[in-house]
Amino acid sequence: MNTALSWIKAYVPELSCTDQEYCDAMTLSGTKVEGYERKDKNLEKIVVGRIVSIEGHPDADKLIVCQVDIGTGTIQIVTGAHNVQVGDKVPVVLDGGKVAGGHDGGPLPEEGIRIKAGKLRGVPSEGMMCSIEELGSDRNMYPEAPEEGIYILERDGVDAFGNKGTCPEEGADAVELLGLHDTVFEYEITSNRVDCYSVLGVAREAAATFQKPFVPPAVRETGNEEDVRDYISVEVQDPDLCPRYCARVCKNIKIGPSPEWMRRRLAASGIRPINNLVDITNYVMEEYGQPMHAFDLDTIAGNKIIVRRAKDGDEFQTLDGQMRKLDKDVLMICDAEKEIGIAGIMGGENSKITEEVHTVLFEAATFNGPNIRKSAKRIGLRTDASGKFEKGLEPHNAEEAINRACQLIEELGCGEVVGGMVDVAAPLAEKKVLAFKPEKYNDLLGTNISRDEMLAIFRRLEIEVVVKEDSSTELVIPYHRQDLNCDADIAEEVVRFYGYDKVPATLPSGEATAGKLSYKLRIEQRARDIAEYCGFSQGMSYSFESPKVFDKLLMPGEDVLRRTVTISNPLGEDFSIMRTLPLNGMLVSLATNYNRRNKNVRLYELGNVYLPGEQPLKELPDERMQFTLGFYGEGDFFTMKGVLEAFFTAVGMGRKPVYDPQAGKVFLHPGRQALVKYEGTVVGYLGEVHPEVLDNYGIGTKAYVAVLDMPAVIPFTTFDRKYEGIAKYPAVSRDLSMVVPKNILVGEIEQMIAQRGGKLLESYQLFDVYEGVQIKPGYKSVAYSVTFRANDRTLEENDVNGAMKKILNGLEQMGIELRQ
Amino acid sequence: MKTRLEQIREKAISQISGCDSAEKLNEIRVAILGKKGELTDLLKSMKDVAPEDRPKVGQMVNEARTEIERVLEEHKSRIERALREARMKAEVIDVTLPAGKAQIGHRHPNTIALEEVERIFVGMGYEVVEGSEVEKDYYNFEALNIPADHPAKDEQDTFYITCESGDILLRTQTSGVQVHEMEKGRLPIRMLAPGRVFRSDEVDATHSPCFHQIEGLVVDKHITFADLKGTLAEFAKELFGRETRVKFRPHHFPFTEPSAEMDVSCFKCGGKGCRFCKGSGWIEILGCGMVHPHVLEMSGIDPEEYTGFAFGIGLERIALLKYEIDDMRLLYENDIRFLRQF
Repeated sequence: MNTALSWIKAYVPELSCTDQEYCDAMTLSGTKVEGYERKDKNLEKIVVGRIVSIEGHPDADKLIVCQVDIGTGTIQIVTGAHNVQVGDKVPVVLDGGKVAGGHDGGPLPEEGIRIKAGKLRGVPSEGMMCSIEELGSDRNMYPEAPEEGIYILERDGVDAFGNKGTCPEEGADAVELLGLHDTVFEYEITSNRVDCYSVLGVAREAAATFQKPFVPPAVRETGNEEDVRDYISVEVQDPDLCPRYCARVCKNIKIGPSPEWMRRRLAASGIRPINNLVDITNYVMEEYGQPMHAFDLDTIAGNKIIVRRAKDGDEFQTLDGQMRKLDKDVLMICDAEKEIGIAGIMGGENSKITEEVHTVLFEAATFNGPNIRKSAKRIGLRTDASGKFEKGLEPHNAEEAINRACQLIEELGCGEVVGGMVDVAAPLAEKKVLAFKPEKYNDLLGTNISRDEMLAIFRRLEIEVVVKEDSSTELVIPYHRQDLNCDADIAEEVVRFYGYDKVPATLPSGEATAGKLSYKLRIEQRARDIAEYCGFSQGMSYSFESPKVFDKLLMPGEDVLRRTVTISNPLGEDFSIMRTLPLNGMLVSLATNYNRRNKNVRLYELGNVYLPGEQPLKELPDERMQFTLGFYGEGDFFTMKGVLEAFFTAVGMGRKPVYDPQAGKVFLHPGRQALVKYEGTVVGYLGEVHPEVLDNYGIGTKAYVAVLDMPAVIPFTTFDRKYEGIAKYPAVSRDLSMVVPKNILVGEIEQMIAQRGGKLLESYQLFDVYEGVQIKPGYKSVAYSVTFRANDRTLEENDVNGAMKKILNGLEQMGIELRQ
Repeated sequence: MKTRLEQIREKAISQISGCDSAEKLNEIRVAILGKKGELTDLLKSMKDVAPEDRPKVGQMVNEARTEIERVLEEHKSRIERALREARMKAEVIDVTLPAGKAQIGHRHPNTIALEEVERIFVGMGYEVVEGSEVEKDYYNFEALNIPADHPAKDEQDTFYITCESGDILLRTQTSGVQVHEMEKGRLPIRMLAPGRVFRSDEVDATHSPCFHQIEGLVVDKHITFADLKGTLAEFAKELFGRETRVKFRPHHFPFTEPSAEMDVSCFKCGGKGCRFCKGSGWIEILGCGMVHPHVLEMSGIDPEEYTGFAFGIGLERIALLKYEIDDMRLLYENDIRFLRQF
């Protein structure tokens, strides 16, 4: 919300502070000021000047030379503007002064424009007469300004508003005269403070903050001897959507410009002045936060207003000329025959006010906030009015606002107010009463604020303090404070004005608790450590992606992972499903790096995948943390395998994992992939990315990925360690050099060695694999070093012979020959 | 005999001191002390010495032998030392040549910032827990005092999940974890819950539909707003430096009352005002407040007996500020040249 400080000061006349002081104090008492801008920021040395004479320029047809009386003397000004006459009073910027912008009305330069005396086509010019654009505004906000040329403060003794003799003498401050010594503050109003979406609401806070009297406008009774009920009747068919509907009538309307003060205040708040009637409704909307609507009563059939829901499929033309599609949840304002406005959002073309209006029906209503919000969203039409209504306005405010508008009609001579008000309302809520509990507030705040100090704060907030007969004290909450409902709310009021900064800073006392990470998070931390030791950097990618990723990953149509958790209102198809596998994010990241010619890229990510249970989804999906690694550049399948095993070791998974080449991952190279099994459980997979997938992602080199399913891994992990002693006796090693049929995996040989090696077997180490000319076709050469050790003695040859024999038998059974 | 011995001794010592290599030194040792060496020969001629003189002569020979051995040993180590010196002289390297590349990966700046925050609160006795990212409407909104028609529900631009009941969504805040934690009924609570949250914001330099928050919750008897202030002020000093000042401003969140936003003095300019803090000297860091009594009540905690405070920190905000990253998109692009800087 933007409001000029001058408007606030109209209700807090004693308010006196700098802009920065205002900004700081209001922010600290809860009305956050987002920023402010001085309207006269770049306006310097601008005075009222009177044109004494005008002559042609000797060397330029388009220029004129004016003698201008600036109070302290007469200066010569050359100008290209032709709308000035002798005797006109105009704003004049003197030599060395500053204006805000150029006469073309383009974007305002940050530092303004410095004006210096000089010569125009050889004729000296000692200043400049200003257009409204040069003063930093425009004709939208200053509609009385001429279409082109100099702003005329007074001509023939009459100002731009037709007032006689109001314009000050030559030399007076012209900026003041144009209402530009003002500052516009932008507030961030929190959603609970509906009352502060209004000038009066903010002014009330300002008065309380600076401890100055709050002087709201005195709304007096208006209206002639007539009865409004002879003009209009109101029927509310859906009171749940319209708790209150107030209507008043004004006749003999005379449309004209609104007065200067009203224009200036609206303009400063960014609202374009139009005419007295429109300006009054806008003014009251800003002032009270209550949107009003004005209908031309002559367009209303049957002198009747009916408030009811629209019907599905109805169409309606709003006053901006657009056709709007309606449904049964949209509340409409209707007359006896037709719909004439969308309640709280926009009036209809068919009842709109024109210059020829004679009789006006004012509406000030309270509508159901959420309903207005949803309707505006569905219709696709959010207006200033709907923006106010959707916050849920307080019904008492409607009456005050409509009476204020009628008062302004009278005061501005805009028309004659008809007596009385049609008021259709559900029973209005009584004022809320809360018990005064000073100890409880202090206990919650950790403060020691005195009872009297609290009561003083309440007075500033118009909270009535009532001492009952039993000497208990009650707080009567004013209507406009819908947000005050419990002790904590009152405590906040107290501390807001006591000062958040004066509350002491302490640390919680009480029972000590052990700070720690959950076990899952500790394992993840270890995963990060290991990945980073191995050269992988942590990436992060979005949890949602496009359903097209499954095609990019070559996954068949019936793949179970294509069953996804789906977002019903995504940002677009590319972000519409929750990922069921983490590879797309990894491959996209690798591709990004590849395209940017980054070499040797190693990334990891720890992030969830989301697996739906039954579909349609009934329960929350299964969120599974995935530890995903990917790289291209130096390294191969076995590099990746090494990283996984380093991680397993680091989390206490000491057994040897089993790698099953029948992994069945379509997005991986069919001959270079493996499931990772630990103690019979699949905990993940790894492999080289399928060349076609690489193509799909635009990665022009081999890439390797591994995925560990952390919920499967974690049951096997432990941080417990046990010292097993360091071998004291020497080991005996035997080398085995074999010729192995190609189809036998070294994993199978290792399994056999482990099984048959007996208690003395300490380790086995593959030290050579070879396929080539020296080996017969269909075979490969494999060499192992097998190590035996006892922990209680030095082994003799005979000790290991038994175990070796068993191993050799095993080899024979597998069809493996020893190399000669 | 005596003269002969003296001659051998003197010759040996002069030969040794003139020697410049370990090999030659060995030759000298063999020629004098070896089996067929001069001194050994001399010892063999002992039989010619009168028996009564033999012990004396023997002693003289032994003395000569010991002395020669000593000189030999001394000279040997001298030569070895010289050799080592020479070798090291030849081994001089240019220490300014480039370092060998240690292939260590880098943590994501979000994680570094998160671990900093976790470290501080774990030190204050907080347990770090998690909640689910796909969540029920009740936990994300209703249990936090945001009923069906509350405007805050619209403000947060929620992603909804296609489902039968229509009440499953991507959590817009980590605050729901508060409710889960309170529902467990284990008091007191000191909880920190980091996690991913989602809002339907289009991607740009300051917005991402996917980002992270860190939620904090303390519930115990006698927890006060002053405790909230003290805790978060200590946190800010730990995170941004001891000289950091904090400012609490009133604010509004449906699930806390009173509520506040906390600013810290700009850590770039120290509060004087600079481009970084947009001239204000302050930087907004987090939202916080006393847990609303209705929220306690809905989660089964008696608000007459227990009070609490809660706070929520935008992780990306901390990371962007701390590491002066000017575009949020960098955090999700995973360009290695970006990640390597942390």
